[in-house]
Amino acid sequence: MVDQSPNTEELEGIPSPDGTTQLIETDYEIGEDNVEGSVGPFGFDIHNPVFLISGMSIVAFVFYTLALPEQSNALFSWLFGAVTKGFDWFFLGAANIFVLFCIALIVTPWGNVRLGGTEATPDYSYIGWFAMLFAAGMGIGLMFYGVSEPMSHFSSSLGGTAAENGVRTDWAPLGAASGDQDAAVRLGMAATIFHWGLHPWAIYAIVALSLALFSYNKGLPLTIRSAFYPIFGDAVWGWVGHIIDTLAVFATLFGLATSLGFGATQANAGLNELFGLPVGSTTEVVLISVITAIALVSVLRGLDGGVKVLSEINMGLAFLLLIFVLLVGPTIYLVKLFFTSLGAYLQYLPALSNPVGREDVNFMQGWTSFYWAWWISWSPFVGMFIARVSRGRTVREFIICVLLIPSMVCVLWMTVFGGTALHQVINDGYTLAQEATLELKLFKMLDVMPLAGITSLVGIMLVVVFFVTSSDSGSLVIDTITAGGKIDAPVPQRAFWCIFEGAVAIVLLLSAGGLQSLQSMVISTGLPFTVVLLLMCIAIGKGLSSERRSIKDAA
Amino acid sequence: MFKKILSPVDLAHVDKLAKAMTVTGDLARSNGAEICFVGVTVSTPSEMGRTPEEFNQKLEKFAAEQGAILGVPTSSHMIVSHDPATQMNQNLEDAVSEIGADLVVMATHPPGVSDYFWSGHGAHLAAHSKASVMLIRG
Repeated sequence: MVDQSPNTEELEGIPSPDGTTQLIETDYEIGEDNVEGSVGPFGFDIHNPVFLISGMSIVAFVFYTLALPEQSNALFSWLFGAVTKGFDWFFLGAANIFVLFCIALIVTPWGNVRLGGTEATPDYSYIGWFAMLFAAGMGIGLMFYGVSEPMSHFSSSLGGTAAENGVRTDWAPLGAASGDQDAAVRLGMAATIFHWGLHPWAIYAIVALSLALFSYNKGLPLTIRSAFYPIFGDAVWGWVGHIIDTLAVFATLFGLATSLGFGATQANAGLNELFGLPVGSTTEVVLISVITAIALVSVLRGLDGGVKVLSEINMGLAFLLLIFVLLVGPTIYLVKLFFTSLGAYLQYLPALSNPVGREDVNFMQGWTSFYWAWWISWSPFVGMFIARVSRGRTVREFIICVLLIPSMVCVLWMTVFGGTALHQVINDGYTLAQEATLELKLFKMLDVMPLAGITSLVGIMLVVVFFVTSSDSGSLVIDTITAGGKIDAPVPQRAFWCIFEGAVAIVLLLSAGGLQSLQSMVISTGLPFTVVLLLMCIAIGKGLSSERRSIKDAA
Repeated sequence: MFKKILSPVDLAHVDKLAKAMTVTGDLARSNGAEICFVGVTVSTPSEMGRTPEEFNQKLEKFAAEQGAILGVPTSSHMIVSHDPATQMNQNLEDAVSEIGADLVVMATHPPGVSDYFWSGHGAHLAAHSKASVMLIRG
C-alpha cells in the first residue's frame, strides 16, 4: 500500500483508494478526449466523439422511423423476431450463466473484495440504496405486471396445451396444468417469479459489479467501456470503446423514451378510468411533459437532493400499498401462497431456465426470451446507476443485496398483487381484473377492495413517480457516459438529456407505430449486449483475482 | 479580525485563480490568519485524480505551494461529494462549519444570463453561511 502522508516525494505514484486495491496502470487521463465550452450561458464538458455520435444517431433513427414508418416497422419487427426467436437458446443460456456466476461470487473468497478498497465505507444507507436499486431497476414494470402476469400464466396453464403439426400453439409454460386450478396457480406464480426474480437481477448485478469494480478499485472512468480494459487493453479508449459507449447511450435513451411513451398511454388509461380524463394524444403529451418536468427538477436537484428523495418516497408509497393489499386482501391465502410460490419457483426453475429442447416454444420465445432481451438492453443503464451508488460494499454484500433481496421482494410483490387477483377470480368469481386491459388490471383489482379511491390514486402516483425516477436516473447515466465517465459535468448537460428524452418520446408517440417499432429495435440491442455481459463476467473474474492477490501481498 | 480563511479551489482550473490567490494571501497576512484550501471531488475516478486520495495529495501539494508563495500558514480540506455539480453549495456550506472558517474568499465569474436561473456558489454561501464572504471577480 502506498503511503498516504502529504509528502511531496510520494506524488508520482497514484495512491490506492481506501485501503488496498490493485489500480490498473494506464496512460489514459480521464477527460482527455473531452471538449469543454459553452453555448450561450450554458457550459458543457462532453466526450468527443461519443456525445455527438450518440446524439446524432438517435436523431437519425427518429427521422428514419418518421419518414419511412412502414419500412422501419417491418425492418425492426423482423429484427425483433429474429433476435428473440432465433437466439432464444443464447439468451436463456447466458442468463443462467449470469445467475450461477453471481452465486459463485457469494460463496467464493472473491466475495470478500470490497468496492472502493479494503477500508472503504458505504456511501449510502441500506434504505436509500435499496430504494434507488428498485426505482431504477424495475419499478414501473411491477406496477403493470404484478397483477397481469400471474393471471396470464394462470389462464394459459389452466387452458392446457394445444398443438398443430407437432408444434405447441398455446402460450402455457412447460407442460401446462390443464383443468387443475391449484397446479395452474403454482405454475403461473413460478413462471412469473422466474421472469422477475434471480435472472433479471443477476443481469443487472453483473453490469453493476463490473463497472463499480473497474471504477472504484481500478481507477478507470465510470463508463461502460472501462469494464473491457482487461480484454482490449488501451484500445478501449479508442473506437472499440466509442462503439460500446454509444451503443449503451442508444439503448438507454430509446429504452427510456419508448417506456415513457407507453407509460403515458397507460397512465392516461388509468386517469380516464378514475377521473374520466379524455384518452388521446393531447393528454399523453401533457403527461410526458409533466413527467419530464418533474424529472428535470429532480436532476437539477441532483443525486441526493432529487433522485434519492424521490426513490425513497416511491419506496414508501409502494410499501404502503403492498401492506394495504396484503392486510385487506385474503391475508392468510397470500401468506400461504408466498411459500407455495417460492417452492414452486425453486421446483420449476431448472425446467423453466432450460435453454434447449423446449416444447413450450411460445412461452419460451414470447415471454422468457423477450424478457431476457429486455432486461439486458436495460442493463447498461440500471447497472451503471447501481454502480454509482454502491461504493463501499463488499462483493458478497453487493450480490446478496442486488440479487437475492430484490428477488425476494419481487416474490412478495407478485404474490400479493397477483395472488389477490387470482383469489378474486378463483374464490369470488370476480373477473373484471382478468378481463381488463393491461394498464387497468391493477385498478380493477383495487376497485373491489375498501378505500378504492385512495389506493387507486396512490397507484397512479406510483406509476408517475416510477417514471420520473427512471427518467432522472437515466439522464444522469447518459450524461456520465457522454461526458467520458465524469460525474461532475455541468448541470445543463443532464438537463439536455432529460428534455431530449421527453422530446423523443413525444415525437414517437405522435407518429404512427413509432413507439412500437423503436421498442422492437431497443430490445434487439439485447443481443450484442448479451455478448458484452458474457465478456464482463470474464473481466470481473480477472479483476477480482488481481484484487485478491494485492490484498494477500499487502497482508 | 479573521483567523481562518476558507479558499475553495477548482484544481482543474487553477489558472483562473491568480487574482483570488493574491487577495487571499494579502488578507491572511494582514490578519495573521491561516488559509484552508477546500477542494471538492467525487468518489469515482475524475480528471483530477483516479482516486479521492490522489486528489487529496494534489490538494495538499497545492496548499503547501501556495503557503510558500504567499508566506502564510496553509492547510487543506477535501470534500468527497456524491454529485458536486448540484451539491456544491451544500458542500461548501458544510466545509465552512467543519473547519471553523470565519471568512470565505473565492473567485467568481462575472454575472451572466444563467445567474437569473441559478445563483453562483458564492452568492449562495453569502446568503446562508455564518462566515463573511468575499467574491473576487475574475
